[in-house]
Amino acid sequence: MPSDAPAPAAVDWRPALPPSVRRRHDQVRGAELLLMPERVVRLNAEGGRVLRLCDGRTTVEGIVTALARDFPDAPIAADVPAFLARLRDRGWLR
Amino acid sequence: MTGVPAVAEAPWALLAEVTHACPLHCPYCSNPLELVRRSGELSADEWARVFAEAADLGVVQAHVSGGEPLLRPDLERIVSAAARAGVYTQLVTSGVGLTAGRLGALLDAGIESVQLSVQDARAADSDLIAGTAAFAAKERAAEVIRAAGVPFGLNVVLHRRNLGHLAAILDLGRAWGAGRVELANTQFYGWALRNRAALLPTRDQLDEARRTVAAHRERHPSGPELVWVAPDYHDGVPKPCMGGWGARSITVGPDGTALPCPAAYAIADLDAPNVRAHDLGWIWRESPAFNAYRGTGWMKDPCRTCSRREADFGGCRCQAYALTGDAGRTDPACSLSPDHGLVLAAVAASGDGETGLPGLVYRRPGRRRTAS
Repeated sequence: MPSDAPAPAAVDWRPALPPSVRRRHDQVRGAELLLMPERVVRLNAEGGRVLRLCDGRTTVEGIVTALARDFPDAPIAADVPAFLARLRDRGWLR
Repeated sequence: MTGVPAVAEAPWALLAEVTHACPLHCPYCSNPLELVRRSGELSADEWARVFAEAADLGVVQAHVSGGEPLLRPDLERIVSAAARAGVYTQLVTSGVGLTAGRLGALLDAGIESVQLSVQDARAADSDLIAGTAAFAAKERAAEVIRAAGVPFGLNVVLHRRNLGHLAAILDLGRAWGAGRVELANTQFYGWALRNRAALLPTRDQLDEARRTVAAHRERHPSGPELVWVAPDYHDGVPKPCMGGWGARSITVGPDGTALPCPAAYAIADLDAPNVRAHDLGWIWRESPAFNAYRGTGWMKDPCRTCSRREADFGGCRCQAYALTGDAGRTDPACSLSPDHGLVLAAVAASGDGETGLPGLVYRRPGRRRTAS
């Protein structure tokens, strides 16, 4: 992960994968993957859950709301926008 | 017993060398010295089985390469089999024959990204290394790839004759619209080892190239992404063999030969399995070839007790074999290897002048031709 703090994600941003990145579930490893040229990113369970909601239609606020409904005790509102911004900085979301 | 047990983890990637036929004759080609004839190539149906078995094993990425894969008239069928298996597939091409129509058909079949090779920044220099006039075709291919909007990587093999042109090569990458430029310093086995005296760079050339890359990254922070594939002769540090022998990747050659690394054809005593005789699951998990150097149990001193044994895996098995005749020895690129003098002598012989360079032995099936 980059050490410098990314710019926070705007709440009305609708995160989506760029065309060069494919998300798929890997049945062999039981993990969600991002596939791109020369690179595979293996997401943990939480990351996979967030990425499945990045459909280009749902805003960051909508993603946070959806996850907070399922995981009321997790620090979703703080962590998820920062996670999305980090992925955007790496070019894995836009 | 020290070390990691030789357990086969799931492989991530498949290098599918669908043909050894190629319009180019690069003197550092990663194909073996003994090239497979067209009549010996796997059919598209056989490749479909390979991709399905690979996906079952855990392979999620494939590089469809060669030779020149576009020379397979049934390439679209091969690619769609990979896509059907759910594998993210990259076309690795010289660009010769890549028309808009062909690329469109391949994208329809499931190609996700394209890697184009170029040999140098200027047509004359690039064509000299390619052994044929191909630069103009590459320029057209770059335009076709860019117009299609597909992820586009440029691959340049670096060596003594083009390292001095690196700034111009990077400018070419920008001009052609590549999103990623892979700067692959020549690895010396097979054809490249035969041409080592002509291709091995000097230390000064490499130092200058590193500065050029750093400056280009600083000047162009938004890309293209520059990937520097480090050379291993000059620093005394071996490269980690394929992330470990039989750890991440499978190479399948045109005739179905399966190997842990594209350079491993040369290891004569390896007894490489073939997908025509075995399924890929057996090849990956059970075959003697894939288990030969898996884990760390095979290591001798100095690797056996080295703190870096799980970081670089004793270096490159193919290089150990090529330089010492024993694939189980420490890679001579390592400063701890008792054979390191072999590498140091080659570097010392590279000197620092440009005079007296030997001619190139071009990659050709069954015969050799030299030029200067």
